[in-house]
Amino acid sequence: MRPFKYVRASDPAAAARAVAANPNAKFLAGGTNILDLMKEDVERPDELIDLTRLKLTEIKAAGGGVSIGALARNTDTANHPLIRRNYPLLTQAIVAGASAQLRNMATNGGNLMQRTRCQYFYDTAMPCNKREPGSGCGALGGLNRIHAIFGWSDKCVATYPGDMANALYALDAVVRVRGANGRERTIPAGEFHRLPGDTPERDTNLQHGELITAIELPKSDFAKNSYYLKVRDRASYAFALVAVAAALEMDGGRVRTARVVLGGVAHKPWRSSEAEAALVGKPASQQTFERAAELALKGARPLAHNAYKVELGERAVVRALMRAARLA
Amino acid sequence: MNDDFDETSGPELTADEEALLKEMPALTDVGQARRAFLGQTLACGLGAFALMLLEKEQALAALAASPDAVFAPAPALENPVRVLLKVNGAAKTLEVDSRMVLLDALRERMELTGTKKGCDQGQCGACTVLVDGRRVLSCLTLAATCEGKEVTTVEGLARGDELHPVQAAFIKYDGFQCGYCTPGQICSAVALLEEARRGEVSHVTQDVAATTTRLTDDEIRERMSGNICRCGAYPGIVAAIKEAHSGKESARTWRFVGEEELARVRKGGGADEAV
Amino acid sequence: MPRYIGKEMSRVDGVAKVTGRAKYAAEFRAPNLAYGFIVLGAVAKGTIKSIDTGGAERAPGVVRVFTHLNAPRLGPKASHEQSPPRAQEEKDKSFRALQSDRIYFNMQPVALVVAETYEQARYAARLVKVSYNAERHSTDTEAVSERGRFPSQGPPPKPRGNPEAAMKAAPVKVEAEYRIPVEHHNPMEPHAAVAVWQGDRLTVFDKSQEVYNVRKHLASSFNVPEENVHVVSPYVGGAFGSSLRPNYYPALTAMAAREIKRPVKVVYTRTQMYTGHGYRPHTIQKIALGAEASGKLTAMIHEAVHNTSTFEEFSDNTTGFTRQVYACPNLYAPLKITDTDLNTPTWMRAPGAVSGMFALECAMDELAYALKIDPLELRLINYAETDPESGRPFSSKALRECYRLGAEKFGWKQRKMEPRSMRDGRLLVGWGTATGIWGAFQMPATARITFRADGTAHVASATSDIGPGTYTVVTMIAAEYLGLRPEQVKFELGDTDLPRAPAQGGSWTTASVGSAVHGAALAVAAKLLALANREASSPLKGAAAADVEMLDGRLRLKADASKSVSVADVMRRNHLAEITETFEARPSAERRKYATMAHGAQFVEVKVDPDLGTVRVARVIEVTACGKIINPKASHSQEIGGVVWGIGMALQEATEIDHRYGRIMNPNLQHYHVPVNADVHEVETLFVEEDDSVVNPLGVKGMGELGMVGIPAAIANAVFHATGRRVRELPITPDKLL
Repeated sequence: MRPFKYVRASDPAAAARAVAANPNAKFLAGGTNILDLMKEDVERPDELIDLTRLKLTEIKAAGGGVSIGALARNTDTANHPLIRRNYPLLTQAIVAGASAQLRNMATNGGNLMQRTRCQYFYDTAMPCNKREPGSGCGALGGLNRIHAIFGWSDKCVATYPGDMANALYALDAVVRVRGANGRERTIPAGEFHRLPGDTPERDTNLQHGELITAIELPKSDFAKNSYYLKVRDRASYAFALVAVAAALEMDGGRVRTARVVLGGVAHKPWRSSEAEAALVGKPASQQTFERAAELALKGARPLAHNAYKVELGERAVVRALMRAARLA
Repeated sequence: MNDDFDETSGPELTADEEALLKEMPALTDVGQARRAFLGQTLACGLGAFALMLLEKEQALAALAASPDAVFAPAPALENPVRVLLKVNGAAKTLEVDSRMVLLDALRERMELTGTKKGCDQGQCGACTVLVDGRRVLSCLTLAATCEGKEVTTVEGLARGDELHPVQAAFIKYDGFQCGYCTPGQICSAVALLEEARRGEVSHVTQDVAATTTRLTDDEIRERMSGNICRCGAYPGIVAAIKEAHSGKESARTWRFVGEEELARVRKGGGADEAV
Repeated sequence: MPRYIGKEMSRVDGVAKVTGRAKYAAEFRAPNLAYGFIVLGAVAKGTIKSIDTGGAERAPGVVRVFTHLNAPRLGPKASHEQSPPRAQEEKDKSFRALQSDRIYFNMQPVALVVAETYEQARYAARLVKVSYNAERHSTDTEAVSERGRFPSQGPPPKPRGNPEAAMKAAPVKVEAEYRIPVEHHNPMEPHAAVAVWQGDRLTVFDKSQEVYNVRKHLASSFNVPEENVHVVSPYVGGAFGSSLRPNYYPALTAMAAREIKRPVKVVYTRTQMYTGHGYRPHTIQKIALGAEASGKLTAMIHEAVHNTSTFEEFSDNTTGFTRQVYACPNLYAPLKITDTDLNTPTWMRAPGAVSGMFALECAMDELAYALKIDPLELRLINYAETDPESGRPFSSKALRECYRLGAEKFGWKQRKMEPRSMRDGRLLVGWGTATGIWGAFQMPATARITFRADGTAHVASATSDIGPGTYTVVTMIAAEYLGLRPEQVKFELGDTDLPRAPAQGGSWTTASVGSAVHGAALAVAAKLLALANREASSPLKGAAAADVEMLDGRLRLKADASKSVSVADVMRRNHLAEITETFEARPSAERRKYATMAHGAQFVEVKVDPDLGTVRVARVIEVTACGKIINPKASHSQEIGGVVWGIGMALQEATEIDHRYGRIMNPNLQHYHVPVNADVHEVETLFVEEDDSVVNPLGVKGMGELGMVGIPAAIANAVFHATGRRVRELPITPDKLL
């Protein structure tokens, strides 16, 4: 870990200013990912702005929906009555991730900022365009069982590893951010993370110094029929091979609105509007869901070691929709 | 001179260790049932084991620095941060390197080696401690961020000679073998019981919208999955937490086969009835 | 009736462990301690072209940077510098760090940075810049499996009978290949050493399964007499074989400490553990089984090949137990090893046995299906009444009882043979079984007992307790035979100041050290008897040592408890405050007339999600025949541990190597998966005790390995039964079951 200056931020404006002023400065929230990466010399900030004393922790009803503080802990978010009752999909996604200890530490904003778990990204002796632009992608022709099947480029085949963001996308959340100049803007959850393209070093569309202040969830009619499914190599405390955030708004036995977002398959949460469209107006049934699943995985471009994700993805979509519809 | 040496390397024993040097009296007041099973262990427990090790360490403690010892030319800390740590009820101000994590502050600076380093990257749970009552990983917590926070480590769970019920139950159900993940498991379990009381949900909770959560075996397993035990003592850990939670004993899962059973199965000739 | 042996007892070190007071290697303090951090190399083979330590040396807090350019030579000669063919005269070919510019494996240590604090050392380690002359490497065992050769130790394997002809003639045959990837022990405690020199005397606090071996290694490394080296290892946070050999860090740590004349501590990071010790080798096995329609085996051919390093031979004895488990007149079971540019493999829990038996016991299951005979029945049909390899009788063998009782308890009768025929809702249910086997070994071991007139005893032997409960079981044995209560006994281990004991490995500790403690206790009693019988009035006159026993402060006749003397009185009258007896227990000559083995039957229920390919091991029954059980509580924990390890091996564990770089790509616990709590469900143990007066005086056989041996095969067989899918390449991850 390189030497760095530690600064305890007193308010959001000062925090944003401090990071904006130093290209090598980073925010520190829960620390669960950045400290790990700093120990590995993957992240190399020379200044850390500690946000954890800021009051951006409130979870409250707002405009028919709910506003979640960026610095609210994952555990508190998942267990908040407003979330459990109205957005159980989000609760399920959060508790599917990491461990109780990590969820107690991790903040919502930090969770969005977590970086890929690609092995080549973690190993500074290996090529990785995300870590070191221009060095090449180790995973493209290497071990890529856990890598992307959608949206990858020849520069990067890494996946976004988180769970929470998949649910946020399905729930039409927006991320509220504040720049160093004090200006606020909102970014739809689905546009927060990027595809790697030629600039895999950029995970998100945040500008340097922009601070996430809140995540806003609109009123949702998915509470009754949603499910977060995570398939992994062991029963708990592992990253997803494939995850699915499925949400249905039902009209009797028929689907009125649907959301299908896959995790573990791309550099960002991967939503399938084709699958969603194929569900609308159809009776909730295994058959309907199988058709939607097929569409959800259509166009997948598997790598040498992850072709299984296509079939697993289809099956996971079916299962998640069945659970959401309470048919399984 | 680095301030590490002033604080940790003197020949004196800590008060804690001083106490250990006296034979520990039998524990009292951990509940009748617990006393019964603990009696045997405690009588030859802590005192003897601590004593043997302390003697070995003590032999070195008086060692003077070699006149030729090599030290770094400018060992002053870069980016020092003064931090007030309240650990197990005692407040202490340390000047730490900004890079120092709570785990290393406890182990290398505060002589609290009960908290273990297993992976140092949030992937095993051995370093679990309670910060303001919540279980967190001390390997991914900068010491500098702990200013004024209440830290509880495994050393702070027992009250005097009285083990915490979770500690006692771990012994009863053999919830460990090598013992290295144990402090993290126990801190995690103590917090888990509180989380369950608060009705927090887990990945295996069927209905996350419901307000109560029953602590089934599967709930305990999931909630303890952030603490890896390579010896595989998981069933004992689950049984221990169950008893600490509900007071209910778990049935034994082993038995000796009796002579009669053996005689019966030995009788069977070629044809096997069981098959 | 024994008071303690055979009764459950909580661990005597339990309080120390649950309160955090148990001290592991890295936790010992020494004045003026400096911190070392290892720098790992980045190529798999070649030489170091240049190494720039300037940046690191200038970094704040850095005391010194060691590389092959300035590190003193360790050992009589740098043995690994001899490339094959190896010089025969040097036995220890273990890798020693920083001895030359040669790179033998990726992530080999190339420098050690020593600084005032851990943070400073870790950072400065990143500043060491190394460039290499890389050479073509070969790390893929698959690619070099054809180049396998017989290990040089021991004679080349001979066939039994005529396996090829018998195979040709067999009416029913199965043939298949099985693959096990490299696996790592991953004990929770990272390997660590604290080294302190006082002149020419060295003290090292280490994580070790054999302190005497570390002492020898260090003495030879620094050319000092063994007596000058003191190795202390009272607690070991798991090892599973990874601390059987000294590994490179203790000598590296001691070298740095000697050079800077200060105590130094070096702790492996989790990543460094992946090349800082050995691993279970990548093993490829081909098995052919031939049988009559009745199920009787007529031919077994089991050919295995696994990798070793280029500088040192390692043999896992993969096919050893194949020769002893089933009665079969025609057999060939050779093992070959093949060189790779990786570190040397080593023993990992149930070494060889679990790998070999995974292949053999899966093949037996395949044969059962080919024959349409119940898999358990097939094993009973081929039951070995005597050792098939030597023809000698077993000293004891209750395996048939294990099979039958396990089947009964498990409900095996209800099993439908057809795959995919049992369900629990939408989950597929599968039941599988396999045989466990391990040797009942005994090694020479010495123990010392100091029995005091106040009725307490100090017991000492330089064994280790890596988790099986040796502290407790030795305390129980001593208490039993000294007639004391356990709390009156203090047992000390893990220190070269104590009498020599073998490595804690091979499941031989209780048989070896326990026998030594038993012998020392009897020697104390014999001494007391002799003292008592010097007195004219002794009621024990004429009694032989074998006729007496100690109990609650009295020495008494076994046959007539009313004839006794007070031990304290005898000692007082002889002006003795204490009696010290040292006893070395060696395996008896009698053992050679027998085959001495431990056995078990293992039954597994899996539930497989047919859509997602996830496998849950819902229920396991271990039925174990391993002689006398001293502490059933800790023994059951060993069985549970074996099951958890079996789950890991069968379903999760694989060290992944990118062969383009010859580099391990998952050297951590986020990508190398070991079982978590949620992976483990019901595990039950039935102990079938055996009366065995041959194996050792206590009649004990080891069980640390035994409980794991059959589990991966039983799981794989259960997965086949559940899904109809025969996965022959571990681990069975969800993608393999779609």
